Amino acid sequence: MKRTAFFDIHNSNGAKIVEFAGFEMPIEYSGIKDEHMTVRNGVGVFDVSHMGEFWVTGPQALAFIQKVTSNDASKLAPGQAQYSCLPNGKGGIVDDLIVYCFEPEKYLLVVNAANIEKDWQWLVSQNTEEAEMLNASDEISQLAIQGPKATGILQKLTKVDLSSIKFYTFTVGEFAGVSDVIISATGYTGAGGFELYFNNKDAEAIWSAIFEAGKEEGIKPIGLGARDTLRLEMGYCLYGNDIDDTTSPIEAGLGWITKFTDEKNFIDKDVLTRQKEEGVTRRLRAFEMIDRGIPRHGYEIVNEDDEVIGEVTSGSMSPVRGIGIGMGYVKTGYTKLGTEIYIRVRNKKLKAKVVKLPFI
Amino acid sequence: MNIPADLKYTKDHEWVRVEGDKAVVGITDFAQGELGDIVFLEIETEGDELGKEEVFGTVEAVKTVSDLFMPVSGTVESFNTELEDAPELVNKDPYGKGWMIKIAMSDSSELDDLMSADEYKDLIEG
Repeated sequence: MKRTAFFDIHNSNGAKIVEFAGFEMPIEYSGIKDEHMTVRNGVGVFDVSHMGEFWVTGPQALAFIQKVTSNDASKLAPGQAQYSCLPNGKGGIVDDLIVYCFEPEKYLLVVNAANIEKDWQWLVSQNTEEAEMLNASDEISQLAIQGPKATGILQKLTKVDLSSIKFYTFTVGEFAGVSDVIISATGYTGAGGFELYFNNKDAEAIWSAIFEAGKEEGIKPIGLGARDTLRLEMGYCLYGNDIDDTTSPIEAGLGWITKFTDEKNFIDKDVLTRQKEEGVTRRLRAFEMIDRGIPRHGYEIVNEDDEVIGEVTSGSMSPVRGIGIGMGYVKTGYTKLGTEIYIRVRNKKLKAKVVKLPFI
Repeated sequence: MNIPADLKYTKDHEWVRVEGDKAVVGITDFAQGELGDIVFLEIETEGDELGKEEVFGTVEAVKTVSDLFMPVSGTVESFNTELEDAPELVNKDPYGKGWMIKIAMSDSSELDDLMSADEYKDLIEG
C-alpha cells in the first residue's frame, strides 16, 4: 500500500484512514457533513497527492496530446489548463484528466490515482509521435485548498497575485518559502480555491504554513468522503462511477470537452462524431429525490411501469440540500428536465425527478 | 469509547437494554463512530414478528448503507420516530436519544447469548 507525504500528518490529526486506489488515504476527519460545510462556507484542505502527473514534452508533445485527448489542446496558451478525457479507441473513456500547458513544448497531464498505471500504459502504447513522457506521480505532492476563504489565506503565503489567476489558469512561483510551486485555480468542489503541486520533500512545510495562515478562519483538513459529496453537488463526473471504459463522452454529457474541429484528429473521433450527429440511446442525467431516500451507485432506475430505464452511477445525501441526489444513465425518452423517474432502493420504488446541474 | 456496563451487546454492534420482557435496541458508540454521519434511518418493521438476526431496518451514513439486525426474537413494538427527522441523534447520543426499536421479546433466554460490556470491549479492541 502506498502513502502520500502527508500520511503521518493525517494520522496524528485523527483521520479515519481507508484504502483508496492503492493508497492509504484519509476518508474523514471531523465528519463528512462538517467537512463538507467547512469547504462550502469557509476553507478546507485536501491531500490529493495520490493523483498522477505525467510530463509530456518536446516538439511532438502537442501533436500527441491532440491525438489522445478529446478537448482541443491547441487552444491552450502557456499558463492555461483544460479539462479533457482520453477516449479508449472503443468509444469509451480511459480516464478524465487536466491538461496544463507550461510552454508550447511542455505539458503536464494530471490523471486519476486509480488509473495511473492504466493511463501510462495506454499513452505509451499510443505514442507513435514519440513525444517525451515522464511519469512524475511518485515525486509530486498535491494539496487542494478549497472554499470561499481559500484565496485570502493563501495570499498571506505568496507574493504571486492570486486574484489575477483566473479559473483554469495557473502560474509557477514561490509559495510559503518554497520555490517552483504550481499554483492552479482549479478544484473539484465548486467552492473556489486553488490546487498546489510541489515536491514531496516540501509537503510538511507547506501543510504547516497553510494551517498556520488559516487558523483564525477555522481551516480544516478534509477527507475523500467530503470530496465526493462536494463534487456530486456540482455534478462533476467521477471516473469509475459516472464515466468509465464503457461510457462515451457524448453519453456522459462531456460533449463540451470533445472538439470536432477539422484541424484536430483524435482517437474515436469517427465514432463520437456519429454519436453526436445521430444521437445516443442513453444519457447521464442528474436527479433529485422527491420521496425520502438516498440513491446509491448501482441502484436501478425504473419508470412508472417498473421497466428498468437506467442505473444510478453516483448518489448521496446532499449536505447542503438535505435530500438524496444522484446521477445516472437513463434511456432516451427520460432525459428531459422535470421527467419523473423512480429509483429502486432495496424493496421500494422511490420517486425522483431529472434536474439540471449543479444541485446547489 | 463509551460501553455502558448495564447493557448487552451483539457482534453486529447493537446494544440491548432489558426492561422486563421488553428489549430496547440501538447501535453502539463504536458503531456510530465507524459509520460516520448518519443521514437516514429506515425502520418499517413496526408490528412485525421477527426472528433473532433478521433485518429490522437500515441505517445510512453519508457513504454507506448497513442493515440492522434483531438481537433477540420478538415483535417490533415501536420505533424511535424522532430519528426520521433527526438521524444524527444516533451519532450524538447512541445509548439515549438515538435508541431505535423496542422489542416485545418472545424468548428472553436468548439474552444469554449476548455479550457483556467487557466481552464487547474485547471484541472491538481485539
